[in-house]
Amino acid sequence: MIAIVDYGAGNIFSVKNALDHLGLECGLVSDCDSIKAADAVILPGVGAFPAAMKMLEQSGLVEIIKEEAAKKPFLGICLGMQLIFEKGYEFEECDGLGLIGGSVRKMDDTELIIPHMGWNKLEKLNDCPLLENVGDDEYVYFVHSYKAHCSDSDIAAYCEYGGRVPALVHDGKYVYGAQFHPEKSGETGLKILRNFGGLI
Amino acid sequence: MLAKRIIPCLDVRNGKVVKGVNFEGVRDVGDPVECAEEYNRQGADEIVFYDITASFEGRGVFLDVVRETAKKVFVPLTVGGGIKTVDDIRETLRAGADKVSVNSQAVKNPQLIKDGADIFGSQCICVGIDAKKIADNKWTVYINGGRVDMGIDLIDWVHQIEQLGAGEICLNSIDADGTKNGFDIEMLQAVCDNCNIPVIASGGAGKIGDFAEVFEKTGATAALAASLFHFRELTVQEVKSYCRSKEIIVR
Repeated sequence: MIAIVDYGAGNIFSVKNALDHLGLECGLVSDCDSIKAADAVILPGVGAFPAAMKMLEQSGLVEIIKEEAAKKPFLGICLGMQLIFEKGYEFEECDGLGLIGGSVRKMDDTELIIPHMGWNKLEKLNDCPLLENVGDDEYVYFVHSYKAHCSDSDIAAYCEYGGRVPALVHDGKYVYGAQFHPEKSGETGLKILRNFGGLI
Repeated sequence: MLAKRIIPCLDVRNGKVVKGVNFEGVRDVGDPVECAEEYNRQGADEIVFYDITASFEGRGVFLDVVRETAKKVFVPLTVGGGIKTVDDIRETLRAGADKVSVNSQAVKNPQLIKDGADIFGSQCICVGIDAKKIADNKWTVYINGGRVDMGIDLIDWVHQIEQLGAGEICLNSIDADGTKNGFDIEMLQAVCDNCNIPVIASGGAGKIGDFAEVFEKTGATAALAASLFHFRELTVQEVKSYCRSKEIIVR
């Protein structure tokens, strides 16, 4: 069972709809035991970094997520991906989950239209199980105004938007993060979610 | 690179597509869910549902349509029409919409944009604007489906909604709408020059070259059309193939 963490942030139903469509068993969970019992964990989220961390803390889920992400496949999506890093700088400096080294900062190129909204091409950088059967000319759907700054070795794929934007990150073990929305990225996104389900 | 988006829009009344059309493989031409699935197969980058239902009962049926579509179509879904309050936004997003489009009500109550963006995030607040030219380089904002001139300067309104936290603008030209003579390049460029959020071009698409023109001549990041796709004069993939031949990046 894939646990979709429901901590009050974002459209969790989209993720559930996509997993249901793929026939992957999943459930919306908001307690430690369910996360512990799950075979894999997805952390969705839209909104602001500090507000989301606060909600995770108030739900008492921060420690369990850190523990379980070291033992079973874990995928953060959009804001959920950003929370994986050590620090966020949205409105204020804020600690993240620290599962992968790096920080999240505003995309501040004044020439850029912000948010980065729409379909952008995945450029592969490192091998990643989630990109199996994903070709070199496939697009996924992004909508965000902040981006991750992290080591190249943790980036499975990036996209070009005023420079490199980390799109899919992977710590080489269990932790994955997608800046884009695989649940809204058509067939390509479904392939990526199917690959994630295949890790169980 | 970010691809330019091609967005078909479906008008829905009491849960049925207005003016049904003969799509191949679509059994019920009036079924918005089936039409959305067809647009998805054609490669639509997003799908817009516009609710023109007047009744409370019709609204419930419409939200069921959104819920059903979100289970079958895995591209972003924008929902407009009839959204007046933060609760309406919440209800629509919970039904499975990724974004809501607010238009008349945002003009009457701009605070709706700020409240929506603060609570749900800018990414899901698209502000629809209907505007009409009144003089050289001057346009005013209309409400109620382009029937009432609010006398508000378009560019002032664009600045205001960006400040309030709108994540995107869908700009419809009343002058171009329904003419099939192409998008309103002049007005679109004026708006793109005056904001830093994505702008969707709407109104006037009549032939395949119009899509390439709007992307070549303006900063619009997406183009929307309803009847052109609806009556199958063009498919989304035909538009995309043509854009590609003009070296415009599309998915």
